[in-house]
Parts: sequence; C-alpha cells; structure tokens
Amino acid sequence: MTAFAGDTIGSALYADGRRVFSRSFKYHRPRGLLCCAGRCPNCMMTVDGVPNVRVCVEPAREGADVRAQNVLGSLDRDFLSVVDRIGGPFTPVGFYYRTMLRPRRAWPVYERVLRNLAGLGRVPETGEPRRYDTEHRRVDVLVIGGGRSGQKAAAEAAAQGGRVLLVDERGGVTAAGYEVLAPARAIGIYEGGLVPIDAGTVLYRVRAARIVVATGTVEQPLVFPGNDLVGVMLPNAVRRLVREWSIRPGERAVVIGADEVVDDLRRAGTDVVRRERPSSLRAERGGGRLARVVVDGEAIDCDLLVVSGGRAPASSLLAQGGPQVEAVGSVLGEQPAAVPLDARTGERSFVCICEDVTDKDLKRAVAEGFDSIELAKRYTTVTMGPCQGKLCHLASVRLLARETKTTEAAIGTTTARPPWQPVELGLLAGRHHEPMKRSPLHFRHVEAGATMMWTGAWQRPFAYGDVAAEVRAVHSDLGVIDVSTLGKLLVKGPDAAELLDRLYPNRFSDLAVGRIRYGVITTDGGRIVDDGTVGRLADDCFYVTTTSTGSESVYEWFEWWNAVWRYDVEIVNVTGALAAVNLAGPRAREALAALTGDDVSNEALSYLDARELRVAGIPCLALRIGFVGELGYELHCAASAAEHLWDALVAAGAVPFGLEPQRVLRLEKAHVIVGQDTDSESNLLSAGMPWLLKLDKGDFVGRYAAELVQERGVSERLVGFTMTPGVLPDEGAQVVVDGRPGGRVTSARVSERLGRTIGLAWVGPEVAQEGAEITIRVGAADERASVTLSPFYDAAGERLRS
Amino acid sequence: MTFLLDCPHCGPRDVYEFKFQGEVTTRPDATPTQEELSAYVYFRANVAGVQREWWYHRQGCGLWFLAERDTRTNAVLSTEVP
Repeated sequence: MTAFAGDTIGSALYADGRRVFSRSFKYHRPRGLLCCAGRCPNCMMTVDGVPNVRVCVEPAREGADVRAQNVLGSLDRDFLSVVDRIGGPFTPVGFYYRTMLRPRRAWPVYERVLRNLAGLGRVPETGEPRRYDTEHRRVDVLVIGGGRSGQKAAAEAAAQGGRVLLVDERGGVTAAGYEVLAPARAIGIYEGGLVPIDAGTVLYRVRAARIVVATGTVEQPLVFPGNDLVGVMLPNAVRRLVREWSIRPGERAVVIGADEVVDDLRRAGTDVVRRERPSSLRAERGGGRLARVVVDGEAIDCDLLVVSGGRAPASSLLAQGGPQVEAVGSVLGEQPAAVPLDARTGERSFVCICEDVTDKDLKRAVAEGFDSIELAKRYTTVTMGPCQGKLCHLASVRLLARETKTTEAAIGTTTARPPWQPVELGLLAGRHHEPMKRSPLHFRHVEAGATMMWTGAWQRPFAYGDVAAEVRAVHSDLGVIDVSTLGKLLVKGPDAAELLDRLYPNRFSDLAVGRIRYGVITTDGGRIVDDGTVGRLADDCFYVTTTSTGSESVYEWFEWWNAVWRYDVEIVNVTGALAAVNLAGPRAREALAALTGDDVSNEALSYLDARELRVAGIPCLALRIGFVGELGYELHCAASAAEHLWDALVAAGAVPFGLEPQRVLRLEKAHVIVGQDTDSESNLLSAGMPWLLKLDKGDFVGRYAAELVQERGVSERLVGFTMTPGVLPDEGAQVVVDGRPGGRVTSARVSERLGRTIGLAWVGPEVAQEGAEITIRVGAADERASVTLSPFYDAAGERLRS
Repeated sequence: MTFLLDCPHCGPRDVYEFKFQGEVTTRPDATPTQEELSAYVYFRANVAGVQREWWYHRQGCGLWFLAERDTRTNAVLSTEVP
C-alpha cells in the first residue's frame, strides 16, 4: 500500500478504501474511524509487532508491518462476530461471574477458550525487544497541551525567565522561547510534581515547580442505537480527514448539529444532509456498516453520520494534581449539555465502545444493585478500556443519574488515576538492565573454559570441567578458587572492638592481633542474616569478610548501628578494591613457601592466623582458614594484582576449582551457607551454633531473642544426614515423619570420597540426634536417611590444623 | 511515592536514591519481657501524621540520617544527622 508524506497509517488505509479498522472487544462488531485523534479504540492494530497501536495517529512509514487484531479470519469477515449475532442473550454484563461455574471439571476447557478470546492484541514472542530509556528532567514550568492556551501560558512563563517545557500529543507546535516535546504524552501527575512523559521510546521523568494543564476538551460520542456502526464519526475526525489529508470521508453524509464541518465536507465532494438536534435518532446497517439514519422518524440513506455529544473538558490530570498544578483554557469549561434521545428500538446503543458496554448493560447493573458509579464501573467495566473513560465517562455518569433518578453531581465521578494515556509496559520498565559483577579474575576463568553461573549479580565459575576431579585435587593435592566476591570491610577506630562485640553474638574484644574468629550476624529478632570471618589486624583495626551477596547489606547494617550508637569507628567497604583466592589442599603450604620469602610454617602461620605475606611479589593478607576443609590460605590482595597472583599459583600446580566442587567440599564439613541452609526463621541455636552465643558479655544485637530461644527451646534443628549413594534428594525435598511433612532438605550432594549421599536438613528436635533414622521424599519414594550432628569428614578438624 | 528528601550532606534528592529503614524505635536497655521484645522487634506505631524515621543515602553519600515526615502527605519537615 502507498502513503503520502504526512499520512498516518490510518489516513493511508482510509484513502485506500478501508473502512473497517478493527473488531470490537466483546461482540467482534466491525468498527471504523471514530475520533481520528488517538482517543478511541477503534483503529487499534498491531504495527511491527507492537499491539494496540492507534493507527489514526501513527505516522506511516516505509515497510511497516500492519496487522489487524482481535480477529479470527479477516477484518471484514471475522468468525468471532458470531458472539454479536447469537451470543447477546448469553453474555450479558458480568456473565463471567455467573456462568461456566458448573460442572467444575469443565473449567479447564472454558479457561482455554476464554484465554484465547480475552484481551486485545498479542505480545510478540519473537524478535528483538525494543530499547527503552528513561531521562530525568527538572524544569520551572511544565505546560501539558500545545493548543492556543497552552502555547500562550508557555510563552508567558518563558518571558518571565526560567526553564519552560511544553508537551503536546501532536507535532507541529513551534517553540517560541521554550522547549517543546512533541509528539509525546503526559501519563499522569504524581506526588511532588512528577510527570512521566511518554515520548515513544524515551520516558521523561519531569519534575516541575509549576504544572500548567492545558489539555482542552475531548469530543464525546452520542449514545443512540447503532452509534458504533462503521460510518458514524465525530466532527473532528471528518475535519482532519478533509483538511489534513484531502480525503473524501464519504459519498453522502448526514450531519447533525456539527455545522462546522459542512463546508469541509462539501469541499471534499460529499453530499450533505443537515439536521438539527433531533429527539430520536438511530443508525441502521446494510452490508455490515452504516446504510441509513432515521432522524425523528425520517429515514435518510447515507454512508456517513457526523454527530457528537459535545466537548467535555479533559480534566483527568487536574484530578491527580497537587499544589503545583493549575489549569488554563477550555479544560476549565463546563460539561456539554446533555442530549436526551429516545432510544427504544434498533441496534445496540454503546456507552463504552472500548469494552462493548451498552446502555442496557448499565441499566441492568443498576437493577442488580450496582447503583454507585464506582461499583457500576467495576461490574460492567465501563471506562476501564483503552480510552480510560475519555469517551464514556460522562455518558455513563449521565445514564446512571437518569436510571437512579438523581443528579450528575450526586453520582459523582470515578477516580482518575494514571495512566491518563495508554503507555507501553516496556517504556515503564525502561532499558533492559542486567547488572553483572565480575571478579578481577573473570577473564582467567573464561580463558580456562569455565562454565560461568549467576550467584546474585556475580558471574562465578560453576566448574572448569570435571567437578569430581576438582574435588579430588583439593582433597589429595592442591586447588585454588576465586573468592573475590566475598564482602570485605575494614572496621577501624578506637571503638572498633566494642562495636563488633555489639554486632556479633560472640566476642571480638579479646581476639589477639593476628588472629581470626568466625562470626554470625543476627537481627534483634535473633535471625541469622550473614556470616563470615573477622581478623584483627591491629588493636583498633579489624578485617571483616561477609557472604558474597551480603557485602552491601552488612556494610549498611554496620554503618546504621554505628550511627545509632555513635562510636568512634570508620567502616570502609573494600569489596571491589581487593581480590581474594583460596589456596587449599595438602600441598598448600609447600606451594606457598615456594612463592614467598616469609615464614609460612605451621608455627609461624597456624590455623586461624592472619598475616601479611608477599606472595609471588604481591603484598597479600593471608588468612589461614578453610571453608573446604583442607589446609588452606585465603590470600587477599589488590584487585589489580589478582591475575598475577592467580597465574603464579596455577603455575605452582594449583588446580582451579569452581563453586560446585566447593559446595561438595564444604558440605563434607557440614559448613552452613547462609541463605541456602538458613532462612529468615533460623537462629543460632536452631542452626546448631550454640558455641557462637556468648551470654557472659554485655548487650549485643540479637541477645534478648537468643535468651528467649534458649529458655524456650527450638522448634526445629539443622542437622546433617547421610543416605545410600544411589539416592539424591532435591534441595527442598520433604522430610517425612509418620507420613506427614516433618522438615526439609537444604543441601544434598554425593560425596565420592565418603561413598555416601550427604546433606543438611531441618528436622524436628526429637530426631535431631546422632544416628536417628529419618525418611526423605525422593521423587515419589520415601528413602531412609541417618542423622549426623558432626561434620561428615575430618570431624576433629585435624587437616585444617595440619 | 516520588517525593524529595533533603539529605543533610547532599541536599534535596529523589526518594529513590534512599533506603528507608522505618520509624525510629527504642531498643530495650535491660532484658525485656517477651511482650516488650515482640513489641520492639515486630510492632510499629504506624502513625498517620509526623514520625521520626531512619533513611540511608544508598545511591549517594552513604549517610544514615533521621527525617521527620508526615506520613499523610509525604512532606519531609526536617532531616538531621543523628
């Protein structure tokens, strides 16, 4: 199809002879151009995969793919229009609340059918997502609407100085000392003078000290039988067709009231029959669209009926306004006079063309007791369609007033919430961001062919190849894992030890310089929120590690309590500045000694010592700890030196291992992963860490709750379990007690070295005993498991200390 | 919720830059009864009116500060460093 420059898709289609533009929401009645101003739902099509585009205002462009929607067949022959012909009596307003309830088992069938029929348009499932952006703007004055009043207000504001922005739905406003955003649509007015503006693929979040609403009026359709037929148009639509695109709107037109379009129509070559406001009016169809108008009993053949119910102020934005909002122009005007019409015979009379709500539907709703406008709205969905009440709110209020024999004022209005204009969800979502954190060693892992996985925002190696081989390397020789993702905080100042004593249930004030202690952070509700190690670097300086996901939240937590208690302590989050690797395995000391001139003997650097070392020339903080259960050193160094250190360790024979082998290794030691094995209900006693609870010191966060738990006992316990090696429960699998759920598995792996399946699970305290037999649901079967309270491997921790 | 907050360090900023930490509570200074502990941990006054609350300038300077805000209008009456 061809289009001229300046054409919209809608005008080009109309010029090409197309009259049916869509099929209606419920009855699938043919619909044609009505407002031609982007207000009504009649011209919504799918353009280049984007559903519900109003083609009457969508500029025509080369190669655009335009498709009809809500149609089975074609626009002219829609098989679903059977709903209009026979479905009427069976699908009255609210039918979905009352029908299709029985038989219950048939509901899946109904549901499938309805699912296919419901809604308008289809979200594209393929193709590139469009890119949306958000821009933040701050202006002194924002003018919404670029008509005469809006332009005048903008010019006046600009003359007084200050930044002025005018937003208009249509292009063509020329700036005069102020900025113009067009075509663009203000979606609503929010708290604090925030106005989101939809400019296609950019959402402007504009904050304005003053907001001038100059949205003018919206031409209202009239409610009469057949008022939705293809060929019934609002005066403005006719005027646009003639003036903007030189299109002849029809062969023979009946014009009621709207004298302003008569000259335009005649100039375009349309025969015009004029009538003044009648007392009865109906439109009749022939060949699927308007063929005849009956005015006060007089039948007139025509293919175009131009009529309107007057202009209603477009005041929705004013209803959302705050103290910054003022209005100018016709939006401040009166509602148009009501046009009472006798509408007893003929076609349906539509109050709401978006949702196919007729006058009968509303009357029925009132008769059923939904006589408040808010209730009638929810029951019939009048004003809830794509036009958001622009074309139907006034008519529905008037009809309700007439039916309930009250005044319009007594009926009131429905709440005008944003969005005032339709907006794409993608625009609200903004650009598709997937923030990714990469360790300083990221590209070493990629080069080594690691399978990367997401852990929170971090990309980490799952494994480099064979998980079992990586586990074996750590057990019997030497492995190295990147643990740069650990949160790392420096806590420094005269009160540092006291602050930590109050933030952790155990004690740090008596920790010797150069020593490390494990710690768990709890809330005042006693719940476990994070864990890590705390090393004392000097009397007044501690090095705190947190979980990988906890670095931000623990830092905030520390800062918050420091603000509450006002200690003389500085807390620095050095997570991104430092890298960390864990060198682990029986050969770790030998390998480390070969790379450093410092003394790393078991006496000089024993288990839970923290020392500064120079490894392969790199200054490191070495923490002798062992999450994976073997002799190990966690080496923390500047991020910029991490690759050099890593290369030296790998050259010394350390086998890189990923997260999955680490998870097997730590599970053999029954080391808990906070968030994996604990949840928001877990406390120190239920998680089996009573040794961390030091009640012989002063107050600390979580103390009172811990005392209470100690007094009352725990309702469940985290325990280890073993199973025969062929059986592996899912994480989250049920523990079954007497045929009922009695707990859940949090971690489970097959340990090659132990020749068993091992795991952690929450169980009732009565079975939290060494050797107790429990049952775990694996698939459909209940499998036996045996409870273990100590680590599965090297329970005495000899390998860590060796 | 799109109001502005006056960070004592950075000045007026969009509320989305901040983390809200709830109303200021009073931590028991001696072993509380179970009711007192529950009230402190779980219950909030939730006033319709002016309340003192904690805010954190997460996407800014990282300052924890106190604000007085009218919960009915979101008008921030004052902010201060504790």
